[in-house]
Amino acid sequence: MGELRLMKGNEVLAEAAIRCGCDGYFGYPITPQSEVMETLMERQPWNETGMVVLQAESEVAAINMVYGAAGTGKKVMTSSSSPGVSLMLEGISYIAGAELPCLIVNVQRGGPGLGTIQPSQADYFQAVKGGGHGDYKLIVLAPSSVQEMNDFVDLAFELAFKYRNPAMILTDGALGQMMEKVELSDYKKRWTENEIAEKWGSWATTGKPSSRNRNIITSLELDSCKMEMNNRRFQEKYRQMEVEEQRYEMFSCDDAEYILIAFGTSARVCQKATEIARNKGIAVGLLRPITLFPFPAKIIGELAPKVKGFLTVEMNAGQMVEDVKQAVYEAGCTRRVEFYGRMGGIIPSPGEVVEAIERNFL
Amino acid sequence: MTEEMIIAGFGGQGVLSMGKIIAYSGIMDNKEVAWFPSYGPEMRGGTANVTVIVSDERISSPVLHQYDSAIILNQQSLDKFEKDVKPGGTLLYDPHGIVHPPSRKDINIYRVLGTKTAVEMENPKVFNMIVLGSFLKIKPILSLENVKKGLEKSLPVRYHKLIPLNLTAMEKGQEIVEAMQTV
Repeated sequence: MGELRLMKGNEVLAEAAIRCGCDGYFGYPITPQSEVMETLMERQPWNETGMVVLQAESEVAAINMVYGAAGTGKKVMTSSSSPGVSLMLEGISYIAGAELPCLIVNVQRGGPGLGTIQPSQADYFQAVKGGGHGDYKLIVLAPSSVQEMNDFVDLAFELAFKYRNPAMILTDGALGQMMEKVELSDYKKRWTENEIAEKWGSWATTGKPSSRNRNIITSLELDSCKMEMNNRRFQEKYRQMEVEEQRYEMFSCDDAEYILIAFGTSARVCQKATEIARNKGIAVGLLRPITLFPFPAKIIGELAPKVKGFLTVEMNAGQMVEDVKQAVYEAGCTRRVEFYGRMGGIIPSPGEVVEAIERNFL
Repeated sequence: MTEEMIIAGFGGQGVLSMGKIIAYSGIMDNKEVAWFPSYGPEMRGGTANVTVIVSDERISSPVLHQYDSAIILNQQSLDKFEKDVKPGGTLLYDPHGIVHPPSRKDINIYRVLGTKTAVEMENPKVFNMIVLGSFLKIKPILSLENVKKGLEKSLPVRYHKLIPLNLTAMEKGQEIVEAMQTV
């Protein structure tokens, strides 16, 4: 077992980036995720692994630096919080259109607008439904513990390169600011220039050898027929993700009559709510989506005929609940799907969730 | 064993670091721990609080609205958190600056003259360690040995020379804590 440390989620994101062989981080500070770049600057990984850390002049600049570096086959990332991610959306759409792997971390805060700096999950739609313009999808991972803030950095890069697609870690201020026990990953070496050319030489702009044609990184294609073909290829890729990458975790679902569905911080609250409800004699289980795109629709479809109802709990006005309803509908079921949420930076209490179960179903 | 606690007071009293030492000591004791601070406007307005959970089991919610124990170091925090202590739970407070002492009848109430003692020890910085000592006297959830290890782990090496002073402060805290009400 690796070394156990007590760390903030944000600090762990930085440490995990260094350890997984990340080549570059480009960012701009914003609460509640500023510790990511602070930790990187303090760790000075450029002396240790050669990783570049750069504070850009804005979020727009940061994401475009990511775009450029990703085009060379490097493992690069950025992080921000909700208003900053909104600024990055144009760049994210371009990166998805140019089919480049990279990691974007959103440590969400309450919106809309500048909103609040307290934790929120109100960027679910933005993360999973595209956000920027055009028909694109991000691979979206939702950690619910500081340990997963560590584990998902490497996983996100792995998936991003597997599908040549930007990946996002969608977390929130609570997970970013809280400290928990974490077992850090072992160091992975950064890829050498040769390794990059070998692995990603078919698309990365690593310098053209005489043996192949030029690799061109662009999202522009003025010929509509070709552009439609590109779109078809993207959609196929997204369908393949839906088949291969749906991830989730279940608690006490085997004999459950009612199932809570929640991700990230809300899932932690719901875990406690499940314990409280079980002590009251209500058979409650919890399904925690780990990938928000691809959404774990399959397991929801399997659970639907076995239960009396679902309660989706989110720190927003009801976003993921639409995907839950869709999953139940596509399974040919008519189970009730209800919603409970808090907004503006408020985290629901486990007690409120239990009350919501009682109010809706009992 | 699961202990869910809130520590609340003014910024600068060592609230967050007290929580950190408890969390580190918990790790030394092979426990699961979570440390969730207030951040942002609350903190910038002068009050700071942190939720700390130490448990033998996997910790579910790091965010709580009811606590087994509260360590309260100013009036604002007392007003805010006294009601959130579970019935039968424990509240430890420092009376310095407290105008309206805790009034609940269904919880254990303890008092520690931490501010006064820290001044007498001519080192206001050990205030939080005095209070931590008092808390661990009432709620011996962690051994002093593990707290010592936790201090070694959480303090940069250049401050390790201060560990004996901190341990003395904790012992002082254990001596001076007073039970005001037990249920």
